Amino acid sequence: MSPPSLDELFESARAGNRRSLGRLLTMVERQDDNAAKVSERAHRDAGQARVIGVTGAPGSGKSTITGRLAAVSGAERPAILAIDPSSPLTGGAILGDRIRMDNNVSSSTFIRSMATRGHAGGLAVAVPDAVRVLDAAGCDPIIVETVGVGQVEVTVAAAADTTVVVVTPGWGDAVQANKAGLLEVADIFVVNKADRPDARGARRDLELMLDLGHRGEWRAPIVLTTATEGEGIDDLWSEIERHTSFLHHSGELIRRRCRRRRSEVADRIELGLRDRALRIIEAQSGESALGRVERHELSPAAAAEQLLAALIPDNPPEE
Amino acid sequence: MSETSGTSPLSSVDSEPLRVVLAKLGFDGHDRGLKVVARTLRDAGMEVIYLGLRQTTDSIVAACEQEDADVIGLSMHNAGHLTLAPRMVQAVKEANLGVPVVIGGIVPAEDVAVLIDAGVAAVLGPGASAEDVVAAVRAAVTRPSPAR
Ligand code: B12
Ligand SMILES: Nc1nc2c(ncn2[C@@H]2O[C@H](COP(=O)(O)OP(=O)(O)OP(=O)(O)O)[C@@H](O)[C@H]2O)c(=O)[nH]1
Ligand SMILES: [Mg+2]
Repeated sequence: MSPPSLDELFESARAGNRRSLGRLLTMVERQDDNAAKVSERAHRDAGQARVIGVTGAPGSGKSTITGRLAAVSGAERPAILAIDPSSPLTGGAILGDRIRMDNNVSSSTFIRSMATRGHAGGLAVAVPDAVRVLDAAGCDPIIVETVGVGQVEVTVAAAADTTVVVVTPGWGDAVQANKAGLLEVADIFVVNKADRPDARGARRDLELMLDLGHRGEWRAPIVLTTATEGEGIDDLWSEIERHTSFLHHSGELIRRRCRRRRSEVADRIELGLRDRALRIIEAQSGESALGRVERHELSPAAAAEQLLAALIPDNPPEE
Repeated sequence: MSETSGTSPLSSVDSEPLRVVLAKLGFDGHDRGLKVVARTLRDAGMEVIYLGLRQTTDSIVAACEQEDADVIGLSMHNAGHLTLAPRMVQAVKEANLGVPVVIGGIVPAEDVAVLIDAGVAAVLGPGASAEDVVAAVRAAVTRPSPAR
């Protein structure tokens, strides 16, 4: 029996076949030649789904919230993409987000766990493609969970239409340094674990921060939740819907998606260049620029400049 | 489409990490061993999809499909292995998944052959070393089982 064609896989995934969708996601995750074909095929049909990012500190309750959100969305085919870091040493990963989701979601929710697979920046390069595949398969909404530490939050926001930032009581002390960054990416704030003391204090902190720093037409609302009990999740979903309609009416959705695709292309160029750079370095012989660096005849910077000029011929030559 | 694997010229990893679904079936609450195994496999470079306690054959099959897993690992400590393990193997067959099932935990020596006969790829017990665990999982995946 020959393996199914890409078209067959897409058709079957669209009809709700979990296994076909699972396969397609593996293909984009591998980032090989097939990935490019899958991505291209998916891109044709993508653009329908709402993409919601959920980020926040480790253990803040992202998975619990995400599972509950999928349930209250009332959507026919919600999907969750749960991303965890790969170990930089071994490349392995423990993907444990499903534990906190399984009990709450219906069987029509498609959950995929993804490891970052050692790509710098924290977010797997395959995430935009994975979202694209889920979208093309007819899933909606698509909720992307990522651990937010420092810079990663910004990357998540780049992948989503609506970004939900989850904090917990006492968060203020923990992320003191990056408050500005949070403010920039959050469309909605959640204070989760509201069953704990001082959830209101946390909300007050956020209000204060928004009073000082918020710009533009949209002021991020703050929702208190106790995700384990499902409390506040309906409110959170309403705020997400309100933000979705804001995105539509303001024209911001088009701008965001346009920005997102541009930065994806830029990321790809960067990756491709890096890859080519490594290959050039590997192919270098003793008489090459690299050899001259070894013999201290040429500085690494000068060698790089030479090689770069060879890589991109129309690189304007220096005066 | 001619092939679905093949090494990528763009990726710096030599081979794709194995994806392993780890779970406990039913009401058996002994999850310490499963957690140890999860870390062991991660440290061996695998991606572990940890489902934890109280799973059913259906929930495991669904997870395998969504996660496109290469292997299922179950941990059993409540003397239910003779019923539950073959049931898992059967569920995998019915879903046409073609993934091997590896078992660990408390399995009396005389039951091991029975489980292997029923289609379980490997059975490990208390004291299994990290090397044993990794080797069993790798072997289960590479052994020609019902083709994926
Ligand atoms: C710790 C323990 C508990 C803890 C569990 C804590 C936890 N969260 O895990 C507690 C106190 C809660 C407990 C409770 C009970 N326990 Co108890 N428990 C044990 C004990 C002492 C150690 C188990 C353990 O954690 N070992 C350490 C881990 C690392 O080893 P492991 O699980 O064997 O895993 C290794 C291998 O088996 C293998 N492996 C395991 N899983 C997998 C999976 C894969 C895929 C692979 C590749 C390998 C692999 O690799 C691991 C590393 O080497 C065993 C006795 C024993 N000698 O095993 C009894 C034992 C398992 N318990 C037993 C019983 C009866 C119970 C209770 C029913 C007691 C009671 N009457 O209340 C309850 C049931 C609780 C429940 N809901 O299920 C019996 C089971 C008898 C049987 N199966 O026939 C045992 C064997 C004790 C005995 N000799 O009677 N228990
Ligand atoms: N008290 C309380 N505990 C909660 C609440 N929400 C989640 N938890 C618990 O917090 C722990 C972490 O929850 P997760 O949903 O796994 O958090 P997460 O942010 O996805 O965690 P990582 O993915 O590991 O970063 C679990 O033990 C949850 O049961 C809540 O509202 N109140
Ligand atoms: Mg999580």
